[in-house]
Amino acid sequence: MSRTRKVATTAALLAGVLALSACGTNRAESPSGGGGSCDTSKGTLVVGFIAPLSGSLSALGLGMKNSTDLAVNQANQACKVPGYRLALQAEDDQSTAQIAGQAATKLSSDPNVVGVIGTLNSSTAQTTAPILAQKKIVQISPANTNPSLTQGDNYATAPSRPNATYFRTATTDAIQGPFAAQFLVQKQGKKAIAVIDDGKTYGAGLAAQFAAEAKKLGATIVAQEKVGEKDTDFSGVIAKVRPANPDAVYYGGEYPVAGPLSKQLADAGLNIPLMGGDGIVDKTYTQLGGREGDFATNVGAPPEQLASAKAFIDAYNAAGYKEPYSAYGALTYDAANVLIDGVSKTVGNGTFSDASRAGLISAVQATNIQGTTGAISFDQFGDTTNKVLTVYQVKGGTFTPLETGSYKAS
Amino acid sequence: MSTFLSQIANGLVLGSLIALIALGYTMVYGIITLINFAHGEIFMVGAYGGLATLTYILPTAVATTWYFALPIALVAGALVAMLVAVAMERFAYRPLRNAPRLAPLITALGVSVALQEAMRVFYPGATAALPFPNLFIEGAVVIPIGDGVVIRYTGILLIVVSLVLAFGLERFVERTRLGRAMRATSQDRDVARLMGIDPDRVIVLTFAIGGALAGVAGVLYGSYLRNVNIDMGFQNGIFAFTAAVLGGIGNIRGAVVGGLVIGLVKALGGQYLPGGTAYDYVWIFVVLIVVLVFRPQGFFGESERVRA
Repeated sequence: MSRTRKVATTAALLAGVLALSACGTNRAESPSGGGGSCDTSKGTLVVGFIAPLSGSLSALGLGMKNSTDLAVNQANQACKVPGYRLALQAEDDQSTAQIAGQAATKLSSDPNVVGVIGTLNSSTAQTTAPILAQKKIVQISPANTNPSLTQGDNYATAPSRPNATYFRTATTDAIQGPFAAQFLVQKQGKKAIAVIDDGKTYGAGLAAQFAAEAKKLGATIVAQEKVGEKDTDFSGVIAKVRPANPDAVYYGGEYPVAGPLSKQLADAGLNIPLMGGDGIVDKTYTQLGGREGDFATNVGAPPEQLASAKAFIDAYNAAGYKEPYSAYGALTYDAANVLIDGVSKTVGNGTFSDASRAGLISAVQATNIQGTTGAISFDQFGDTTNKVLTVYQVKGGTFTPLETGSYKAS
Repeated sequence: MSTFLSQIANGLVLGSLIALIALGYTMVYGIITLINFAHGEIFMVGAYGGLATLTYILPTAVATTWYFALPIALVAGALVAMLVAVAMERFAYRPLRNAPRLAPLITALGVSVALQEAMRVFYPGATAALPFPNLFIEGAVVIPIGDGVVIRYTGILLIVVSLVLAFGLERFVERTRLGRAMRATSQDRDVARLMGIDPDRVIVLTFAIGGALAGVAGVLYGSYLRNVNIDMGFQNGIFAFTAAVLGGIGNIRGAVVGGLVIGLVKALGGQYLPGGTAYDYVWIFVVLIVVLVFRPQGFFGESERVRA
């Protein structure tokens, strides 16, 4: 056991050094065929990556990029795809659908791109998924949680899959929202909840799912408000919900708004907890004003507590990345490994061409591997079959896991 | 009733912040008829200047004691913003003084992007929002009406500082020699030059004052909302520009009134008009359009005179 770990660590270290030495271009070119000993005579295959690498959500995006990089380097070390070297090409989408679309177009015009890992935001995936689907390029998102991406706009009544090329390792909001409602209403006894969202695909969807389940469980939604994702002054919204005397606020959106919103709630005399989804789980949440006692749900079990994630965390730390792996690191690493595994199966001892793409889609669809976050397989919509979620609470300035559970419909 | 008063208070705080920025827009337009779209970025740079002083220059004991930290941060923010504004005038706008009016306008947009990106690249951690300390007394006044009307001390500070500075600026422009020189330059630059006024000096002075006010606004904004980001100048700059136009561009009193109107429309529109807070920006621009239809020169603006 300890010997294999030593080997893994050394490999990861090596991979990290190789990755560092390849700085300068956004395609991480590992010198002399990556693994060194691997046969790379057939050339290079590109793992595309799209997420915000700058802007307010870059903390999450950079962690995702590093985790993908780690998976690619490890695959090169292990000669995962016979005859080929894998290279990562990371594109910055700045959390903007239009820029993500350009990135997807750019990646899809490269015949060597086997698949794309990303995006972070559900709203950007709505743009990238159809673009990549046209070229039959697999996209696996570790972070998109809006149900419509896999089950179509009428996911509640008549689910139908819009893009056969789109998969995700993250649980959807159709599960996350109700899971949060069950916790807040049944376990915390909150009866009057104000729901606020940022009006984006992710935030509005999550908030709607939460509100529906909370009502079903007997709680009152005392107010439903929207804020802008670039807003900083929430005094108007807060003054509006205050007379309804809420005992909790549920926010659908991300930490750049949630942190200051939590702070301003307290400033206005509303000392009630704020709860959010996976989008607020980041260490900067409390720096921006998130308070002790605030809650959040996140997809999967906490990697720190999973034996299966230990190897990932060790390798990540050993590789010496500048940024932490953040909320989606483990799921991203899994997503990248699903893609690499699929490529490896599809290519076999042959070569990769546009004709291999249909095979790659079926290979990913049939995925059944043990990932860092548990067993990974996809249902008929491309959603993960893993429905484990964790509730976190801010304690001592950081999100601390409170309880992990598998979602059950009420 | 208490909700109504709370929203009035919110509107006044936001409005006085916008007014402070709008003063810079309106003064620069008054002097050289340039809509300085980079002015919002001066506001942002001022906030980061104040933050840098608090984080990297002041010892922690000083930076965490509000009666030291507040004046120092305000002065630092004002100075940084002033320097950037003056440099912007010198290097971006002065060479284009006699160019067609479109050229400096496009340059202003370029300067705006350049300042934002420079901040993003060079200020440590500015790729994401940065926390900003509270520089005034913690807590809030609670007026016991209904559920209570909560106004934070920092909000009161913002209103008071804005109104005092706007009042001071008006006195300066109306009563001092330099102020008279500014008015003269804005009325007719060539005649002002014949009267012994150096228009370049007056223009630099205008940019410096506008920049300093924006810097103060930036620091107060950070202290009120507890965080700053590089996008903050864009949105607030647009509001301030709208306020300046609403009040009558070129007019100091107009900028203040315009700012307060925008603040109140946003707060009350979000509360009482259909669509709620999701549409509060819409109402601001609806008001702008309605006012411009009936009074194209704004509240206080003089109607354009045709020169012979």
